[in-house]
Amino acid sequence: MDAIILQFLNGLDKGSAYALIALGLTLIFGTLGVVNFAHGAIFMIGAFCSVTLQRILTLSSETLSETEKDFLGNPLKIKTPYVESWFGPEVGASIIDWAVPLAILLAIPVMLFVGFVMERGLIKHFYKRPHADQILVTFGLAIVLQEVIKYFYGANPIPTPAPSAFVGSFDFGPLLGLDSSLAYPYWRLVYFGFSALIIGAVFAFLQFTTFGMVVRAGMADRETVGLLGIDIDRRFTIMFGIAAAVAGLAGVMYAPINSPNYHMGMDFLVLSFVVVVVGGMGSLPGAVLAGFMLGILESLASMNEIKNILPGIDQIIIYVVAIIILLTRPRGLMGRKGVMEE
Amino acid sequence: MSFSNLTRRGLIKTSAVAGAGLALPTYLRADGHSGFTNAPTGSTVTLGFNVPQTGPYAEEGLDELRAQELAVQHLNGEGDGGMMNTFSSKALKGNGILGKKVEFVTGDTQTKSDAARASAKAMIEKDGAIMINGGSSSGVAVAVQGLCQEAGVIFMAGLTHSNDTTGKDKKANGFRHFFNGYMSAAALAPVLKNAYGSDRRAYHLTADYTWGWTQQESIAAATEAMGWETVNNVLTPLASTDFSSYIAPVLNSGADVLVLNHYGGNMVNSLTNAIQFDLLNKEVNGKKFEIVVPLYSELMAAGAGKNVQGVIGSMNWNWQLQDEGSKAFVKSFGEKYGRPPSNSAHTCYVQTLLYADACERAGTFNPCGVVEALEDFEFDGLGNGPVLYRGDDHQCFKDVLVMKGKENPSNEYDTLEIVEVTPRAQVEYAPDHPMFAGGELGKCNPGA
Repeated sequence: MDAIILQFLNGLDKGSAYALIALGLTLIFGTLGVVNFAHGAIFMIGAFCSVTLQRILTLSSETLSETEKDFLGNPLKIKTPYVESWFGPEVGASIIDWAVPLAILLAIPVMLFVGFVMERGLIKHFYKRPHADQILVTFGLAIVLQEVIKYFYGANPIPTPAPSAFVGSFDFGPLLGLDSSLAYPYWRLVYFGFSALIIGAVFAFLQFTTFGMVVRAGMADRETVGLLGIDIDRRFTIMFGIAAAVAGLAGVMYAPINSPNYHMGMDFLVLSFVVVVVGGMGSLPGAVLAGFMLGILESLASMNEIKNILPGIDQIIIYVVAIIILLTRPRGLMGRKGVMEE
Repeated sequence: MSFSNLTRRGLIKTSAVAGAGLALPTYLRADGHSGFTNAPTGSTVTLGFNVPQTGPYAEEGLDELRAQELAVQHLNGEGDGGMMNTFSSKALKGNGILGKKVEFVTGDTQTKSDAARASAKAMIEKDGAIMINGGSSSGVAVAVQGLCQEAGVIFMAGLTHSNDTTGKDKKANGFRHFFNGYMSAAALAPVLKNAYGSDRRAYHLTADYTWGWTQQESIAAATEAMGWETVNNVLTPLASTDFSSYIAPVLNSGADVLVLNHYGGNMVNSLTNAIQFDLLNKEVNGKKFEIVVPLYSELMAAGAGKNVQGVIGSMNWNWQLQDEGSKAFVKSFGEKYGRPPSNSAHTCYVQTLLYADACERAGTFNPCGVVEALEDFEFDGLGNGPVLYRGDDHQCFKDVLVMKGKENPSNEYDTLEIVEVTPRAQVEYAPDHPMFAGGELGKCNPGA
């Protein structure tokens, strides 16, 4: 029982990342009709917003140690972060410690800008081109973005720890009346809560604001909304920026879970597309539902008890479920009629 | 005399025999620089450095390339000479190899076997590389070693730690300076026993490819021999990034030690995930939970950050060693690049010097001469104390380092500390050891 609950929590956590990336993909596909293979790279850039802020906050002045030597036998350079000099050692250290959550403030404008530049600079030229062209150009863009990040940050993973307040794990055992311990990392719980908040905010934005109402109308019937004199293209461009910000924020908060590296976006990309297809192309609730469902199934399939019966099932479960769902519901779980159907 | 019996077929046979007869003296007269693949004819000789320049191990490849470039400089008499000054063999003069200036070409393995073979092939066939050196994966090493054997060039392996490289997949033209999974296990087991006791239950997470399998087999055998029990061994796909699903079952498995048979990004992520689950602060079976990483590298330790603190592992070499050879190399490398070398950089540098030295001692670039010079060659002054290049399997035998993640690092390079230098005798094994069985070294292939 403990193992099932733990894997369920793991599934929620994995599903959070899948759902957030898939949500952004669906927003772009639903509004602009673009299949964006650069979306994983946007997630990666978000994670590097955390790395960047961490580096900015740890910019240091250097003094030479009188006692310690470096590896060449020269006096060791002692680094003191400027924030510690300005705000005192304790406050400065706390600011550095909270680099990842603070990076959200950096990531929102950066990701909106990245999304805007991508859409205006490249992707808008491919709206009327076949989906194959869109896939090729956005995949190429993803590779370019990867290489740019690698050039500036190197190929090695960069440790980006969570605030020390969230180091360690929460024991669900006593809470659930279990005799044994059922510990789950604090930061992963934070990540799940953060994802739920972002997903809720996106839905609320689309549901309860005039802007969102127009976007939803445009997604349903772009031509009619345009005939009403509304500049739907401009709103869709803004939605591209918002989709980029959603994926970017997912990346920012993911940085402490796995040290960011330049190809982390690709690790999520294929799975996220499976999530979008299973959820139903263009369906936002479908993307979220499928993200969590596939995350949980993937985690449960990793249990040793299941793998002993079906070796390797954890590697293929997502694809097996995708095949079954698409055979029984060709439009996905919540797909709409007419989307990607010629 | 009549030619009336001469037939067309007879004429062809006679011509072939006569041709061979005329050619034979020419072949026998040929000096040591011909009759083999890419025999150097001009005033230069080209070495091929095949390292990951893209992909997840690009940083490690870059460090290998730095070391190889430094080795070429030293061979050509530039710079301070580095380890050439401390090397026990004095055959190298700083005038290239056999009087020919050393040049090099590079290839990108991408840490993919097919890409690595293609880049090695291109360097051999298009650039005329006479040897191939480098790499950061056992899968790649085995693939490139096979190619070099077929092509008739020497392969001086870089970072490859699978038992198979000099075990079932060994080749006469291939040589490994780096240590292997068996040696890691033999060095680690006594230290683990001293640190954690002999009554432990270990749970293994193992990368699902040649290196992971042999590493797990080695460490399980060594720890079981000292009394540990292996609770479970779970194979994890190489492409895995989030290991939480694999870590979670460890908590309720009854294990009190987690062995991460992972390398590179896999190790960084699995260790980070294990720390997130707070494993090191747990108590199981009345004992503090421990994590072991059998194979460490400086770059991995940097990637894992604070998570490596207190975690025990092993290394082939480390820049903190205080023997004269290591100090000379660290100084040379550090002054040129502003950073200490990694253990993969060290092994690639040493392999380049060893190849050049073997050519000088053999008096030829002919791979069969080089093989003969390297087999059972004993040397010192290149770090790790006295070393033997065993002729039976082309594996180097030397001291092995047991490392621990440093609790209070003073700078970005100060991530690991040396716990013990395990003497060579403790990590040696017989050539026919079962973990290395199944392959034949074969005969050297000089190629063309």
